[in-house]
Amino acid sequence: MSTKTVAITGNGAAAYAFKQINPDVVAAYPITPQTDLVQSFSQYVADGLVHTELITVESEHSAMSACVGAAAAGGRVMTATSANGLALMFEILYIAASSKLPIVMPVVNRALSGPINIHCDHSDTMAARDAGWIQIYSENAQEAYDNIIQAVRIAENMKVRLPVMVMYDGFIISHGIDRVDFLDDTTVHDFVGKYQPNYPLLDIDKPLTFGPLDLYDYYFEHKRQQAEDINNSKPVILEIAKGFREISGREYGLFESYHLEDAETAIVVLSSAAGTTKTVVDELRGKGRKVGLLKPRIFRPFPYMEIAQALSHLKAIAILDRSVSFGGFGGPLFTEIRSAMMEFGKAPQNINIIFGLGGRDINQQDITGIYDQLDEIVKSGKVKERIQYLGVRE
Amino acid sequence: MSAIKQKGWKEIPKGGLILEAGNSEQYETGSWRSQRPVRDEQKCTHCLICWVFCPDSSIIVEDGKIKGIDYKHCKGCGICAAECPAKAIEMKDENEFREKEGVKK
Repeated sequence: MSTKTVAITGNGAAAYAFKQINPDVVAAYPITPQTDLVQSFSQYVADGLVHTELITVESEHSAMSACVGAAAAGGRVMTATSANGLALMFEILYIAASSKLPIVMPVVNRALSGPINIHCDHSDTMAARDAGWIQIYSENAQEAYDNIIQAVRIAENMKVRLPVMVMYDGFIISHGIDRVDFLDDTTVHDFVGKYQPNYPLLDIDKPLTFGPLDLYDYYFEHKRQQAEDINNSKPVILEIAKGFREISGREYGLFESYHLEDAETAIVVLSSAAGTTKTVVDELRGKGRKVGLLKPRIFRPFPYMEIAQALSHLKAIAILDRSVSFGGFGGPLFTEIRSAMMEFGKAPQNINIIFGLGGRDINQQDITGIYDQLDEIVKSGKVKERIQYLGVRE
Repeated sequence: MSAIKQKGWKEIPKGGLILEAGNSEQYETGSWRSQRPVRDEQKCTHCLICWVFCPDSSIIVEDGKIKGIDYKHCKGCGICAAECPAKAIEMKDENEFREKEGVKK
């Protein structure tokens, strides 16, 4: 294994992963903050460094439609988007998943309009969580790069054959310069391997139908298959992570635990905010406080038993959501984890903190404050306010 | 109900794909019919206008002559009766036949 360490933005790292994967087709439409991912990749296409057919389309609805067509034809297909672009793809997201087309799509997380905002939150991909795609959240540029490469293998695995979204935080990661270790081209080429489509439409000797009308007599059976296949992806994701460790030395699981085993209180948070939380954990550990972190990596399929078990020994936890489920009982991550802890039968005291909407910063003091609040809850045994909105002005 | 046995979720191709071409014949749409076209052999001139117009290829023709109507697939749209220049096709209430044929409604 040989690696190259570079200083690069999250989008630059993602574009480099695209280059090394060298997909057959990329159909994409620019949207902030995804734009320079596809822009950098189109430079690789123009320079003849990849064999990819780059299809420029007039909207994200068309981008995802072209991806569905190209994947059904039998190609290895990728695209990328953000926020309103993902929303415009919505109809076709479901068709890609239900047709079992292994498309890989980085989604650079950005707040959905309105009011219009270009900065990070998770309202876009949380809205798409039931579309049938596997969802992988990345903390930094390194994880974005690593997850995109692994996503190709996960999507194309014969037991899975589903599209995969790989998320990283808009601007914070997409435009911030990070230290990234790139694998060499041959290593990535060999790792992703050659794609074997199941039923390529271009195989004219075996004519078949994609997307036929499917009414009350079979639609339900097809949905049952999808439920099974996405759940089957869990061991596959772990197996591929193992193979990835062999080529990179970097560890991936369904989630990451940071000083969790002997912790008394913990924060659960996705993506870049987990990086800030790690710094706070280190600082508070230095002062002798038993704090920890759980950072989910795979949100769909949600590893509910594994996460509930990993949290079961704690006294109090704060689950942080960077999106709102309006009118719901807390944010999407909170709802999943509360429900999972019920199944596991043992639950720490818990609160839900909605934070960072529309790119509002979360800093170390905010996170220290959350750990302080968890200590209060442990001391008093009482939760004063279950669902909170961090830093909103009254 | 279709005559095809309905399969379980583990038995069917994934992704809603249909792996064989030309299998729509197996899907018997005749059960959709509320009106049945009945052809009068005496009036029929075998001009084949009904065969031309039938949207479901349900007019059975052999050697240039109309042999009958494929009731397994005819949806009872009535186009054949409307187009027949000899007025040889009459649309009748399907229930009359179903009772006679012992088909449950």
